Amino acid sequence: MLTDKERNEIMAEIGRYPNKRAACVSALKIVQRYRGWVSDEIRDIADLLEMSEDELDGVATFFSHIYTKPLGKHLIFICDSISCWVTGYDELREHLADRLGIRPGETSADGQFTLIPIACLGNCDKAPAMMIDETLYAGLDREKIDEVLKKYE
Amino acid sequence: MNKEKLLLERPLTGSMRPDRRPLDIKEYEDAGGYQALRKALTMTPKEVQEEVKKSNLRGRGGAGFPTGLKWATMAPVEDPRRPRYLIANADEMEPGTFKDRILLEGNPHQLIEGIIITSYAIQADIAYIFLRWEYNVSKHILQKAVTEAREKGYIGKDILNSGYSLDVLVHVSAGRYICGEETALLSALEGRRALPRPRPPHATLVGLWGRPTVVDNAETLCNVSHIIKNGADWYRGLGRTSDGGTKMYGVTGKVKHPGAWELPMGTPAREIFEERAGGMLDGYRFRALIPGGASTEFILDEHLDVNMDFDSLQKVGSRMGTGTMVVLDDKTCPVGFVLNLERFFSRESCGWCTPCREGLWWTERLLDAIENGKGEPEDMDTLQSLTRTMGIGRTFCVLAPGAVEPLQSGLKYFREDFEKHVSGKRCPWR
Repeated sequence: MLTDKERNEIMAEIGRYPNKRAACVSALKIVQRYRGWVSDEIRDIADLLEMSEDELDGVATFFSHIYTKPLGKHLIFICDSISCWVTGYDELREHLADRLGIRPGETSADGQFTLIPIACLGNCDKAPAMMIDETLYAGLDREKIDEVLKKYE
Repeated sequence: MNKEKLLLERPLTGSMRPDRRPLDIKEYEDAGGYQALRKALTMTPKEVQEEVKKSNLRGRGGAGFPTGLKWATMAPVEDPRRPRYLIANADEMEPGTFKDRILLEGNPHQLIEGIIITSYAIQADIAYIFLRWEYNVSKHILQKAVTEAREKGYIGKDILNSGYSLDVLVHVSAGRYICGEETALLSALEGRRALPRPRPPHATLVGLWGRPTVVDNAETLCNVSHIIKNGADWYRGLGRTSDGGTKMYGVTGKVKHPGAWELPMGTPAREIFEERAGGMLDGYRFRALIPGGASTEFILDEHLDVNMDFDSLQKVGSRMGTGTMVVLDDKTCPVGFVLNLERFFSRESCGWCTPCREGLWWTERLLDAIENGKGEPEDMDTLQSLTRTMGIGRTFCVLAPGAVEPLQSGLKYFREDFEKHVSGKRCPWR
């Protein structure tokens, strides 16, 4: 069941498009913001947008920032595209793996972090880069990663 | 250099702050902003189109299609289908590319003014800015700028008493590289899986929800106000070759000063690499570069005197793409470099057509095997044949043909390195 808050926010998004289904990605993101991921709510959102549940599920599973399984409290998006790879992605990934005990795609045992490889973050002149939740960190090395992680632990 | 002269030489970035904090609407207006819009509204839409056509502005998203020509293919205003749309493609996700971000964050009103003038030229009723999820800093900046422009009457009903009305909306996407492809973007914006659509019909005839739609790259649109304000002849004169204007160029990799710079269109690659980026970091030697993102062919030192414009790069077997170069150095494995690019394309394939979905998957597997010392001599031939399987005309959109570009040029220029991996059963760089 959607909360009133979620429902109201979704209704406001619908108003920005000429038809209801166009708001579906925004609607999924609204629910995700409150719950961390989307599962059974897909049916309720689909009803609201006059789509079939399967259609909406098709959209939800297509986009990389819609999560259909539970993730950690903080999402670490590490850029594995070319400029970051040339400037040290492998080393940073290994460092994160050692420190948090997770490989790309995994969630730490304490549920704090999920490590997600991501396409070019558009910060290539300050590579290597990563985002944690909605904050960008660039010019990374092992020390800087340790420093950044402290803020979230 | 005084400010006015600077703006005439570097129109896109000349008024930006050194720290690149966004200009608000007052600062933008003080630097001459929204004067072009006032001028455009005294012209007919057709006159605005003609001026842009004359300027030789070509699409900055990578394909280099002449912008004025694209606008001219928009269904005529007599066509009863409404609303008509303009979409600013700010889904920048080409690996190694960060030029649009600089423009979005540093000078949001420049994009918005370009959007309003372009919308007027094609008589669009609604404009969407299609923004990638990761650019959340840009999102806040753009939303604030749109609000400012609306309060000033530059967006909304009867703009500056011209009788022309337009709404501008920011749409934030949710990942996937394919969304930057024009027709996949339309699917995404309509709330569907972002699969590309067959062309023809082109979006200018049958676009968003079947309505006439122009999709232009964000950097392209940032040029429009300057062309209208200073004229097509001035704009054409900015370029060092026949392509008009300036271009956001970038260099990344193991170079002294990675960065992006607005320079005359057609500035030679060597000048950008050596004078702007400062050449290689000490202890590293240049081997090759991809001139404009992951989907462009490698060029070597012998090609570096090429002018960085759409036609010149084709003559040396590559493409300008986004104009942001990524350098391959001697301490980085070229097979690993190509593997990284192909892994990206394989992951980002939308899966709709077989050559791309299967071909990129096999390409990644074969490259991974070679890189890890498990390659067979015939794997190179298989990769070579995959470049044909996924070539232009064999796939639904240009994602796979783009992916083929660094692969086939990599096989050509780094053949010995591939062979050493296979015969030595390991990567010589590790």
